[in-house]
Amino acid sequence: MISISVQEKDFDVGEEYRQLQSDDTSAGANIGGIAIFTGQVRDLTENPLKFMRLEHYPGMTEKSLQQTAEQAEERWPTIDIRIIHRIGDLAPGEQIVFVGVSSAHRDAAFSACEFSMDILKTSAPFWKKEQHVDGASGWVDAKDVDQQRAERWQDSE
Amino acid sequence: MKVLFFGSLREQLGTGELNTALPDGVKTIGQLLQSLQSQGDAWKLALGTGNVLFAVNQDMVDENTAINDSDEVALFPPVTGG
Repeated sequence: MISISVQEKDFDVGEEYRQLQSDDTSAGANIGGIAIFTGQVRDLTENPLKFMRLEHYPGMTEKSLQQTAEQAEERWPTIDIRIIHRIGDLAPGEQIVFVGVSSAHRDAAFSACEFSMDILKTSAPFWKKEQHVDGASGWVDAKDVDQQRAERWQDSE
Repeated sequence: MKVLFFGSLREQLGTGELNTALPDGVKTIGQLLQSLQSQGDAWKLALGTGNVLFAVNQDMVDENTAINDSDEVALFPPVTGG
């Protein structure tokens, strides 16, 4: 099963993990492993960051994340995939993104989790704008390394 | 048709949404991008960077994708979520 959420409110990794531990058919007995990735706001700027503003394209965002999870589901024998992405104003240290995958075996869980993050980074319509403590602000540029990480899934598993 | 702008493009253009008839001779989203640049200097500056992504009806597409008047079209800079 796939679960997608785009939300302002924070998420509880423990609660998401418990959701991943049980599956519909057998109270979790098919699940051999769960891989979880969470991302949070960094402050690597020389000018101290007050918060990061996350803008998105309502409707397309959910559709894009759903398609990414479906692609992961087709490529690996996953059981459940849960993706949460936050929007709005997020301070340094706050959680932005959650990707969790349950599977019978760890290789599918690891791969589907990493794939989902890499594809999300280059295809889900989110944009970050840095708002600094001194009042300055600026849009975050896309990184070549993210594009490269997404492209490597085109010819390998 | 409805044309949406996001991120730095929305800010540069001062609008997030444009309701317009499909200009004469415009058949693809790449041609629409060219056509919109004739609306003024701000449009040329924002849309002429060669770094604009396209979506038609909420799917990411390439510049050769055909569009028509009933489509929801979006133009935006490379995405930076995650």
